[in-house]
Amino acid sequence: MVSFLHALSAWAVPMMIVLIPLYAAFRKVPVYETFIDGAKDGFQTAVGIIPHLVGMLTAISMFRASGAMDALIGTVRPLFERIGIPGDVLPLGLLRPITGAGSLAYATDLIKEHGPDSMVARIASTIQGSTDTTLYVLTVYFGAVGIRRSRYALKVGLFSDAVGFFAAVAACWLLF
Amino acid sequence: MVNWIWLGMILFSVIFAAANGNIQQVTEAAFSGAQTGVTVCIGLISILVFWLGLMRIAEVSGLVEKLSKAVAPAVRWLFPDVPRDHPAFGYILSNMSANLLGLGNAATPMGIRAMQELQKLNPTSDTATPAMCTLLALNTASITLVPTTLIAIRMNFGSAHPTDIVASTLLATIVSTGAAIIADRWYRRRSAWPPVSIQGGGGGQTAAPQVSSNSISKGA
Repeated sequence: MVSFLHALSAWAVPMMIVLIPLYAAFRKVPVYETFIDGAKDGFQTAVGIIPHLVGMLTAISMFRASGAMDALIGTVRPLFERIGIPGDVLPLGLLRPITGAGSLAYATDLIKEHGPDSMVARIASTIQGSTDTTLYVLTVYFGAVGIRRSRYALKVGLFSDAVGFFAAVAACWLLF
Repeated sequence: MVNWIWLGMILFSVIFAAANGNIQQVTEAAFSGAQTGVTVCIGLISILVFWLGLMRIAEVSGLVEKLSKAVAPAVRWLFPDVPRDHPAFGYILSNMSANLLGLGNAATPMGIRAMQELQKLNPTSDTATPAMCTLLALNTASITLVPTTLIAIRMNFGSAHPTDIVASTLLATIVSTGAAIIADRWYRRRSAWPPVSIQGGGGGQTAAPQVSSNSISKGA
């Protein structure tokens, strides 16, 4: 099972790279021109993230350097580390449902500080990648049609974020 | 909320720095943080340009529609109170397929169109229907096949195997989506629909799924 999952990690991306153009060519799509056409959006998207990431990373770096981060998680750290959850990923669990840019910045900070192949970095990447920003999705989707009473939708979103957090930690311990 | 978090982090940083006497390091951290932000985004360009190019091929080739057909039975089960031939279905299917492929930019407009169609089935004007809540649950949990951004960031910082988070991310996303579906079903059964206030006034609506006998109306 674990070796199958490792193979999946290694092969998922290359398989998509070869199978998608192959399928498209089979459907008579001009693959290269279509690729270039879509690729143009990539630059805009990447550059568009800059202000968000700079803003959030500035605040997060300051917060950590000042010692405020340690004060925030210091008391609960031993409790969570006893069950295998690195204290440093706790703020990510809190940020993830609230702000996509903020949690991406915090995950980036952890990857930078701990090294990309550390357990902390892998758990952070998994938490960040496996779910979407609940508050943002709620605001955009319900806001677009004028829904003001969201009933239980927020609770469901936050519950699945919490489950996803623990699932990400467990998945990393299983695989790495 | 984001405004307060951002302001709070900066404010507490300076207060703690004053207390710990390390304001010099905090100032340096501010600028190095900003620099990391730019460096990471520049590193993202390569992957995003490539990936969005590849995904355009997936879109144009009709792969999204093909995927829609594959997930249709699951979607019918998830949205029991949407009529089968209603246009909302098509948009929900496109939204889910785009999410699966990691086409965030395509998923959101499709999701909004689906919400607009579901709103036409809504007896109230400002209260979410069970179907709307389910669509939202699926989108907040958002099944991801390939976490491209995180792969790119790990590559940036010199990871030996940047893609090795694909499997862990897939496991976590399946579990959290499963949790979202279960929680959504549970609340759907527990809460009265249409909301009691409207039921009393109109009296015209009948029998949306109302299973539990202790169904307490959960307001906002």
